[in-house]
Amino acid sequence: MTKDKSISGHDLKHRFHDGVRILYGGFMGCGTPDKIIHLILDSGAKNLTIIGNDTAFPDTGVGKLIAAGRVQKVIASHIGTNPMTGQMMIDGKLEVELIPQGTLVERIRCGGAGLGGVLTPTGIGTEVEIGKTKISFDDVEYLVERPLRADIAIVLAQHGDRAGNLSYQRAARNFNPIIALAADFVVAEIVELQEDSYLDPDTVMTPGALVDAYITSES
Amino acid sequence: MTPKDRIAARAAKELMDGDIVNLGIGLPTQIPQYLPPDVEITLQSENGFLGLGPLDGTPVQNLVNAGGNPCGISPGAAFFDSAMSFALIRGGHIDVTILGGLQVDQHGNLANWKVPGKMVPGMGGAMDLVTGARKVIVVMEHCAKDGSPKILDRCSLPLTALAKVHRIITELAVFDIQDDKLILQEIAPDLSIESLAQKTGATFVISNTLAEMIQGAST
Repeated sequence: MTKDKSISGHDLKHRFHDGVRILYGGFMGCGTPDKIIHLILDSGAKNLTIIGNDTAFPDTGVGKLIAAGRVQKVIASHIGTNPMTGQMMIDGKLEVELIPQGTLVERIRCGGAGLGGVLTPTGIGTEVEIGKTKISFDDVEYLVERPLRADIAIVLAQHGDRAGNLSYQRAARNFNPIIALAADFVVAEIVELQEDSYLDPDTVMTPGALVDAYITSES
Repeated sequence: MTPKDRIAARAAKELMDGDIVNLGIGLPTQIPQYLPPDVEITLQSENGFLGLGPLDGTPVQNLVNAGGNPCGISPGAAFFDSAMSFALIRGGHIDVTILGGLQVDQHGNLANWKVPGKMVPGMGGAMDLVTGARKVIVVMEHCAKDGSPKILDRCSLPLTALAKVHRIITELAVFDIQDDKLILQEIAPDLSIESLAQKTGATFVISNTLAEMIQGAST
C-alpha cells in the first residue's frame, strides 16, 4: 500500500510564506495549476519569487499573482504577453530576470538532477553572457549555466493517482515534469484523480516519488 | 499582395519536403499557406510538440501554440516537455527556423528581442533557436517604419545570437551572408541596385547568379 499524498487546501495554503521561491509549470498559462494559484492568493503570501517560462496574461496563470502585487521577482524567458509585468518592471515594483527558454529549462533540470550546471552555446556574444564563465571545447564556446531550484514547485497534471504519479495533457506538459524535480516541496494539482487504482506505470510521466502532495482541481 | 505577403510567399520557397521547421510569431506564421501542395513540412512548437497545425474548428483543451493561442495538430504529431523541446532545437534536429528581426548585419548577427528603454519582452526561445537550428532565415520588411535601414554593417540593438543568420528575405531583396559579407541573390522587379543600396545600411556584393525575385505564390 502506498501512502495517499492528498493535502487539504487549508494545509497547502500554509506552505506559502512571504518571500518563498516558487517554480510553476505552464506556458502562457496552459499547464499552470489555477486552483493552487488561487490558494496562494488566499494565503496572503507576498514578496514571492516566481520561476517559470512566462508571465502569461494579466488574468491568466501567474499573471494573477503579479496583478495582485504579490510578486517581488520574476525569473522567466518572456514577459511580452503580460503588459502589467513590463509596466511594474519599469516602475521599479517588480524585478525581472530574463533567461533564454532552453537555458531556463536546463538550469531547472540541473537543479533537480544533481548536476552542477550545463554548458550551452546559447547566449554567447549576447548580454546573456555577462558575468558568466565561458569554456571552449573543440573550438566551440559555451556558457556555464548554474542550477536553479525553488522552495515549492506547483505542477498541473491531467491524470494522477494517490501515490502522486502524474501524466500531462497535450501542450500542458511543458515545464511541469522538469520543475517536479527541482523543489524542496512539490505539489501537484490533478484534474482527474484515479481514486481506486493507480495509473498504468507505462503512462506515468512524473513518478510519484517526486511528488510530496496533491490536491484535485475540483475538491 | 502586401509587402508582408510577398515576403511570406518568397520564404515558403526555402522549405523542402520533409523539413522540420520552427516559425517565429508574426509574419513567419503566414508562410505555410504559400507552400506548394507537394511540399510537406513538420512544424515544431517550442512549448512542446511536433506537428503544429492550424486551428480546426473549436479550440481543444490544453492545445495552444507558442503564442498561447488555440491551434491544431497534424497527423503524426507528438507532445513532449520543454527540455525535449529545446534538445530538439539546440541539438540540430530543426532543419530551418524562420523568424522576424529588428536588425540583421553583414556578420550574420541578429537583434530581435529587446529595444533598451522601450520594449523588453524577453528572448523566449529565440536565442536557442537561432543558435541551434541548422539554417536560420530572417524575414522582415526592408526598412523600419521611419524608413531607416534594418540591414546594417553592425547591429546597434542587443543581439539575439552572434553570426548565425544564413539568409535575409525582405520585400525588396534576398541576401545570403557568407564570410562577413552580404551577397545579393535576388532583387525585386523594377528596383535598381542603386535604390536598394540606398535602403540598405551595409555594402553588399552582387552574386553572379543574381535573379529577379519571384512575386507571389509559386502555383
